[in-house]
Amino acid sequence: MARWFALRALRGALTVALVVTFAFVVLRMSADPALVILGPEAPPEVIAAFRKSWGLDEPIFVQYLDYVAAIFRGELGRSMRDGRPAIELVAERIPATLALTLPALALKIGIGIPAGVWASLHRGTLVDRAVMSLAVAGFTVPSFVLGLVLVLVFSVKLGWLPSGGQDTWTHAILPIVTMGVGGAAVLARFTRSAMLEVLGQPYMRTASAKGLPWARAIRDHALPNAAIPTVTIVGFMVGTLIAGAVVVESVFSWPGVGRLLVVAVSNRDLAVVQCILLLVAATMVASNFVVDLLYGLLDPRLATGARGAGH
Amino acid sequence: MASASSLVRLEGLTVAFDGVRVLHGVDVELARGGTLGLVGESGSGKSVTWLAALGLLPTKARVEGRVLLDGEDLLAASERRLDAVRGGRIAMIFQDPASALNPVLTIRRQIGEALALHRGLSGRAIGAEAKRLLDLVGIPDAERRLSAYPHEFSGGQNQRIMIAMALAGRPDLLVADEPTTALDVTIQAQILDLLDLVRRETGMALVLISHDLGVVSQTCDRVAVMYAGRIVEEGPSDRLFADPAHPYTRGLIGALPPLDGSRRRLVSIAGTVPDPKAPPPGCAFAPRCLHSDRRCAVAQPSVETIEPGRRMACVLAVHRREESAGAASSLARKETAAS
Ligand SMILES: Nc1ncnc2c1ncn2[C@@H]1O[C@H](COP(=O)(O)OP(=O)(O)OP(=O)(O)O)[C@@H](O)[C@H]1O
Ligand SMILES: [Mg+2]
Repeated sequence: MARWFALRALRGALTVALVVTFAFVVLRMSADPALVILGPEAPPEVIAAFRKSWGLDEPIFVQYLDYVAAIFRGELGRSMRDGRPAIELVAERIPATLALTLPALALKIGIGIPAGVWASLHRGTLVDRAVMSLAVAGFTVPSFVLGLVLVLVFSVKLGWLPSGGQDTWTHAILPIVTMGVGGAAVLARFTRSAMLEVLGQPYMRTASAKGLPWARAIRDHALPNAAIPTVTIVGFMVGTLIAGAVVVESVFSWPGVGRLLVVAVSNRDLAVVQCILLLVAATMVASNFVVDLLYGLLDPRLATGARGAGH
Repeated sequence: MASASSLVRLEGLTVAFDGVRVLHGVDVELARGGTLGLVGESGSGKSVTWLAALGLLPTKARVEGRVLLDGEDLLAASERRLDAVRGGRIAMIFQDPASALNPVLTIRRQIGEALALHRGLSGRAIGAEAKRLLDLVGIPDAERRLSAYPHEFSGGQNQRIMIAMALAGRPDLLVADEPTTALDVTIQAQILDLLDLVRRETGMALVLISHDLGVVSQTCDRVAVMYAGRIVEEGPSDRLFADPAHPYTRGLIGALPPLDGSRRRLVSIAGTVPDPKAPPPGCAFAPRCLHSDRRCAVAQPSVETIEPGRRMACVLAVHRREESAGAASSLARKETAAS
């Protein structure tokens, strides 16, 4: 078990390190932050001073080492734009993002899983086909398109809901729905196929053969097995709670982490971008870790791997 | 063949999948406490027969005929009634015990379900009775192993657990569908012995489905031979084994390995089972039969009683038996040499 934990931790750390390095390389190679932030018209001495104060005049690998060393000291740097600590800028955006992504996640799970289970139990019927067609639509239509369509219908045409901003809770409805629909579709399809796989297993026939009513066979025998693959997808969705709203926040001008990321990237505001990526990677790694723990709880074959072999 | 004491009687049982008939009217009867072996090559309809009888086929299957349990037609019974019958009156165990048990539920839970459903037990009583059943089927250290999962047992042990689960509802009939096919040779005999033992102790009836005529004739009083969705011969095992009437049965026996040799998958009759989508005209076995002639392709042979308690469906064999009883045994020898 200790080995398992150590291995997971190592893999998680490696993932974070890769993400951070990748972002550093891409951001620093693609443009000069001094020019982007000060503008091309800025006098050369101002640009030079800016470079010096942010350490941009050092060789790139020295900057990289400095940056990594700072992370190990727990310093995530300051925004080149307004000099505030990057972590502060990011932290104050997190509630706004979670205000969208958490309800959206609830929507995905609350609609996607029951719809998938339901479709699997009514396989081949008209309703199954309807649910699955909707699901295909739901995850092929890009979220910005869906967002715009929803705005057109519910804000512009019907005038029921606001199209952007975050003044009242009604402002959150359209972005939440936009995000939730696609995720629910993915989850519905996935749950359905996981259920169909399970329903065809011999142990389901055994359950019926011992006289278990069908509804109970589904609840007690099928669902716990279908939950195992489904948890992977849900875990992935949990992993995107922080960064999953980039597109939707832009479409609905919602001041969350995603919008901050877009602005920081276009400014080449390295510290802020890194800070967000670090956060995203950490959420991903953490949710992966939780998923693995859940596997162990849901599937005794994994939990007792070492013990079972002894028998 | 109808008798008042019969426990289960299948009458004209037919099954079709997507319009393709795979079972063409199966009639068979089982006495209370009786033992019936069901043999035939893969695809002959052995499993489908009993899955259909218990309403365990997928909904796309069209099942017709009658399945009488103490005179009650199960094909006309409600789903609720069937749930009470399944596991309570008729239990079934399957070929691959590892996949027939739910991988995420403990053994205690899986046996306990049957105890709760059919015996009305709960709480402590379930644990005690489940332990007794595991002891009965020969799982060592039963108390502790109740909380284990199927993957922590060997294949043979899992089949023992399946048997314990089947016994939990105190059924009047156990249908064992190739219970040893997936197991090691040494384990196969142990499981068959166990089945025989529990059958004697509980007095329940047994249907043993197998490819292996040898296995079946050791365990069962009566044997039914299936071919392409029909029973082609049925009778007491000793009679059927000593003096097989149908050419297919004789082929099966001819294909038996020598007594001293190792056991292997049998059935070395030339040719293959016909595709149910394109059945041959007349007798389904005719294309592979060493004796077939024009008459065989004309019509489905009717089922004839050839001795008291024995019936068979073959036009030619009936004639032959009528002509001379002695010639049959020499014919059988010739076939053995040919196959
Ligand atoms: N769910 C199903 N859908 C379609 N066809 C099926 C289904 N189950 C069985 N069949 C067909 O029914 C026929 C009889 O199958 P069955 O499983 O009863 O054979 P069997 O005698 O038990 O063979 P085996 O020894 O391989 O178990 C076969 O042709 C098979 O393809
Ligand atoms: Mg079978």
